[in-house]
Amino acid sequence: MAATEVKAADEAVTAAEEPPKKPVDPDFEPEIIVFACHYCAYAAADLAGSMRLQYPSNIRMIKLPCTGKLEVIHLLRAIEAGADGVYAAGCMEGECHYLKGNLWARKRVDHVKDLLAELGIEPERVEMYNMSSAMGAKFAAVATEFTQRIKELGPNPVKRKGVSPHAAAREALGGVAMPDEPPPSAAAPVEEGHAE
Amino acid sequence: MTATEYKAGSNLEKVLSTGTFAVTGECGPPKGADVTVIEEKAKLLKGYVDAVNITDNQTAVVRVCSMASGYTAQQNGVEAIMQMTCRDRNRLAMQADILGASTLGIKNVLCLTGDHLSFGNHPEARGVHDLDAINLIKMYKDMRDEKKFQCGEEMTVAPPLYIGCAENPFADPFELRALRLKKKIEAGADFVQTQCIFNVPKFKKWMEEVRALGLHKEIKILAGITPMKGVGGARYMQKFVPGIDVPQDIVDRMAVPEKGAPQQAEGKKIAVEMIKEFTEIEGVAGVHIMAIEWEIAVPEIVEAAGLMPRPAVA
Amino acid sequence: MITAERKPFDEILELVGDKKKVLVAGCDTCVAICLTGGEKEAEILASELRIKAGQDGRAVEVEHTAAIRQCEWEYLDMIAEKVEAADVVLSMACGIGIQSMAEKFSPKIVVPAVNTNMLGMPQEHAVWLERCGACGECVIGETAGICPVVRCSKSLMNGPCGGSHDGLCEVTGPDKEEIECAWALIWERLNAQGREELMFINRPPKNWSKSSSGGPRKMVREEAKPV
Repeated sequence: MAATEVKAADEAVTAAEEPPKKPVDPDFEPEIIVFACHYCAYAAADLAGSMRLQYPSNIRMIKLPCTGKLEVIHLLRAIEAGADGVYAAGCMEGECHYLKGNLWARKRVDHVKDLLAELGIEPERVEMYNMSSAMGAKFAAVATEFTQRIKELGPNPVKRKGVSPHAAAREALGGVAMPDEPPPSAAAPVEEGHAE
Repeated sequence: MTATEYKAGSNLEKVLSTGTFAVTGECGPPKGADVTVIEEKAKLLKGYVDAVNITDNQTAVVRVCSMASGYTAQQNGVEAIMQMTCRDRNRLAMQADILGASTLGIKNVLCLTGDHLSFGNHPEARGVHDLDAINLIKMYKDMRDEKKFQCGEEMTVAPPLYIGCAENPFADPFELRALRLKKKIEAGADFVQTQCIFNVPKFKKWMEEVRALGLHKEIKILAGITPMKGVGGARYMQKFVPGIDVPQDIVDRMAVPEKGAPQQAEGKKIAVEMIKEFTEIEGVAGVHIMAIEWEIAVPEIVEAAGLMPRPAVA
Repeated sequence: MITAERKPFDEILELVGDKKKVLVAGCDTCVAICLTGGEKEAEILASELRIKAGQDGRAVEVEHTAAIRQCEWEYLDMIAEKVEAADVVLSMACGIGIQSMAEKFSPKIVVPAVNTNMLGMPQEHAVWLERCGACGECVIGETAGICPVVRCSKSLMNGPCGGSHDGLCEVTGPDKEEIECAWALIWERLNAQGREELMFINRPPKNWSKSSSGGPRKMVREEAKPV
């Protein structure tokens, strides 16, 4: 593992430990939707798999050609359909294949945070992350950190039965979402708080 | 000059027409139905000023109206200059109020646009701004000289008015400031009071432009003075009050003495020095002392500036 | 163009009240261009309302639609079916569109989801500046194409006032943003045009009877009326 990657992973884990922890329901397994850029995060997930890094199986990915294709409504639809958490994972800032797509995504994620706050829903349920295709460890660390964050927040208050947040988000995206490829090989549930 | 030649025959008009260096003061009415505040301020200023401005909801904060307070001031021996802003009244109200003020014996009026509502205590109010200050001057002039309402209709009795305006030599664009005074003269202003002056060189420069246009011969210019009570106030005005230019050397000078009485003394001293300097400037016909909530300092300043006794004009 | 801003969510919620079938109706003309009330924004608001209802455990049906222009009867026909099916219509159009809806579909309850705020110019993407007060008697021919009615905080016909400093107005906007002094701009442009003399005209009081002060206005073009 490259030194930078270890550092990135360490940072992600440290960040997850900072907020004061609420009592966590051990039976709560959140449903998390990840909008992953084809050029970076999606490839990083593959790498994490090849590296046999473990991360929670709570995350379900939707591949996008660029996080810049992600719109406010897509994030809202996932929440509306009961997703407990949603995040976008795009390229490192300055390294977007389409130049600024990831910067737009961050603005939209921030806007959704504001909308959720207005609705009385924790804005922390949505997030934007940046990583490169070489950051398998960061991918796993982010997935772990975010899952832990959502576990601490508890279930989405708009949980609806019979609607798959993943399907709802895909539907909202229409033709924008890229076809699912075989899932990254080694993704498997891990023990609480165990990142790697 | 006989009485009939005066426009309004107010004390201020008479003093200025004799060429005597005039002194006007300023009183802010209270935020409540309390007649004693203006009574007391009038008693303090009586005999030390030729007339006193009665502010009109200054800084867009509601207070006793300038008409009632002006009347009270006059009852207590000081002639009023009733301020009138375009912010709170439309042309009907501004005409009705000046007729009313006239029936109460008020003869001087100062036509102002008014501080914007956003500075005051009712920022949600609807700003009127039916007329601007220049329109207002012209309207009052036509009421007085043509005996006509703004609509052109004739009135029964014209109000005798001595019409004033304000000008800020320190606002931008500087090259327009004297020219804007010219517009106010053309509209009908008889006297002008300037924004409070701290930057004397800039004021002198403005006066040069005023003289170059010959405006000092067409209007009586009263230079604005605000005695500073302390260095804190000076710094506040320097940083936060739009349209006021406080040079650093004035602030530094105020900072030298100790806070309290010594700084107050320095503030008064600066005011006296400025007044003496203004008496030497060609075209300056008087001073307008705005001792904001410090009216008690005025008699001492006027005395020290050698402007006592005030002339008794018939 | 007409610009509008969305109302705070709580206020929208209050306007909707306990109605069970809500239609969020966008308008795809002015409010869409100012990114406030087009179909896209209507869809977002509908989603938010569903999220809120889901969170509160209320059974509310929220749909969205958009008219090409809510201010034209013909376009309203195209969304009539959805409107009729709703208990309340949350219109995201400007005040004109909202009122057209309320009139066309009376007594259907139509409530605003936006505050119409100005006739604005897009200065850059996602930034609009007020440019016209629709005062009914345009003066900008004498003021270098700059409107003193809405661009001067005090609507001066003879500016600039004593609060003008460094080209800025003494007033700051609601978010403390700086406002340009309209009369400083007028002076600058009159100079550039070689028409400085226009600055020294004493402009008379404005005739506000041509504005909304004269009562609700009506415009009829006889020559264009259908025969």
